Amino acid sequence: MLQVSVLRRRPGFCLEASFAAPTPGIIALFGRSGSGKTTLVNIISGLLAPDAGAVRLDDEVLTDSRAGIAVAVERRRIGYVFQDARLFPHLSVGGNLRYGERRSRAAPRLIGFDEVVSLLGLAPLLARRPRELSGGERQRVALGRALLAQPRLLLLDEPLASIDVARREEVLPYLEALRDQLAIPMVYVSHQFDEVLRLATHVVLLEAGRVLAQGAVNEVSLRPELQSVVGPDLVGAVLEGVVVRLDPDSGSAELTVGTGTLQVSLRDVPLGSRVRLQLLARDVILATQPVQGLSVRNALASTVTAISNDDYGAVLVRLDVGGETVLARITQDALRALKLRPGDAVWTLVKAVSTRGHAFRLAARP
Amino acid sequence: MNGSSGSAELDALRLSLEVAARSVGFSLPLAVLVAWILTRARFPGRIVFDAFVHLPLVLPPVAVGYVLLMLFGARAPIGGWLRSHFGIELAFTTAGAALATAVMTFPLMVRAIRLSLENVDRGLEEAARTLGAAAVDRFVSITLPLMLPGILAGAVTAFAAGLGEFGAVITFASNIPGATRTLPLALYTAMQSPGGDALALRLATLSLALGLLGLLACELLVRRVRRLLGR
Repeated sequence: MLQVSVLRRRPGFCLEASFAAPTPGIIALFGRSGSGKTTLVNIISGLLAPDAGAVRLDDEVLTDSRAGIAVAVERRRIGYVFQDARLFPHLSVGGNLRYGERRSRAAPRLIGFDEVVSLLGLAPLLARRPRELSGGERQRVALGRALLAQPRLLLLDEPLASIDVARREEVLPYLEALRDQLAIPMVYVSHQFDEVLRLATHVVLLEAGRVLAQGAVNEVSLRPELQSVVGPDLVGAVLEGVVVRLDPDSGSAELTVGTGTLQVSLRDVPLGSRVRLQLLARDVILATQPVQGLSVRNALASTVTAISNDDYGAVLVRLDVGGETVLARITQDALRALKLRPGDAVWTLVKAVSTRGHAFRLAARP
Repeated sequence: MNGSSGSAELDALRLSLEVAARSVGFSLPLAVLVAWILTRARFPGRIVFDAFVHLPLVLPPVAVGYVLLMLFGARAPIGGWLRSHFGIELAFTTAGAALATAVMTFPLMVRAIRLSLENVDRGLEEAARTLGAAAVDRFVSITLPLMLPGILAGAVTAFAAGLGEFGAVITFASNIPGATRTLPLALYTAMQSPGGDALALRLATLSLALGLLGLLACELLVRRVRRLLGR
């Protein structure tokens, strides 16, 4: 369990944030730039001191302003992967990796040099200098260097921000591998919901130095506060399901979600794996009668549970679909025409392809 | 070190090199410390300390030599104490010439080192901290290697400048052949002696060549180290 409750006031910015999240797992600190995410991880690492408050990791108090406790950064054993990697320019990749390892001899062994090198694919880079690496390679080395210091907690401050979108795949699969193979808790700072969806097990939503919402990814995806951060187009319920049928030729898969099934366009996932996907609210269609002759692959019997205005002139309809919650974004006109009210039975139409790009592998739960 | 080769030029050259080398060896660790204090430490009176360190740049060298004599002379407070406790004599000795040179070139060295320290990315020190390195460890493993170009530049510049220090040396250590008569002092002496023109010309040429060589060596060395450091 990571418990943070801190206050830091500076001219023009005030951070007053509290959250508690289960460990191990990936805790995403999600919010726009300037929302206080980096300040918060710096406080967790000890590089910044809060004006007041406490940081606890499992049973250990790292910072407690009232008790006068502030464990020194170098004794916290908290790994930190900075946005700009911060590799030591006068050392080779191997030297950078060994730096933290050499200074963690007394710590319980979590992972060895060879394991890090193979897990992160660093073997061909070992003799190189940091300036000879690409952005993605740099972040992988920074990740390896932090891991070899045998951390109890790993902080990642937008590790993909300085890498081209197309090259992020050089790093993302490695992060998934870390999450699934090592039991190191991580705090992952991001302003991209895609990354959160793909990696996180717990989300803390930050805005202007305050925590707007926190919880499991599917819970937070339903919170209206998320809309103010990601905008109306990226709002949508996150569902988790298990792949029960695969058709490799057409690239479609069938998932059990709640008590029902969902057909989605999904490749490269093994049968039986757990996946997480987001149904963007703007892509979900509602019908009051069974429809025929449509290309839509999913027509799900559902019940309207709530209707709210979405601050952007449209309406968000909350639906119960076989025990799972789905959001649909429709216009005021459509709402009037269908005369929808809470409790009504409707058909929720979801195109198999409109979930594409939002389906991600999830760790098998230990 | 009172061996004489019989040639005035070689004696002066050897002595100049020795004085410059001893002065650099003595002042380098101190210059790193002072540069660190001036860059990183925040304390009241920092500006005064800064000015004091740079004083030899603006004082007449003769005045510096005079102050040294007042402090380190055989009967002066510090000089007398050094003499009675350690048997060290500074006034009118080669060691004294090195001390005078060190004081005069100290600001040059501090400036070069300070500049390189200001360029060290503190983010790298923070990264080292998160990897378990405590303060002294961080300084030795990260800060010092990254400052190396400035330290080398400072040392070589101070060495080259030290070869030619005149006013402070002649005031504090006098002009003793084989002990404190360095290149510039020998040149001055030759100019004062009847028929010393040829010797003076040779000594002046030697000084010029040495200075040029020193500056070139400095530039090449710094470039090379920068490449090694990956910049």
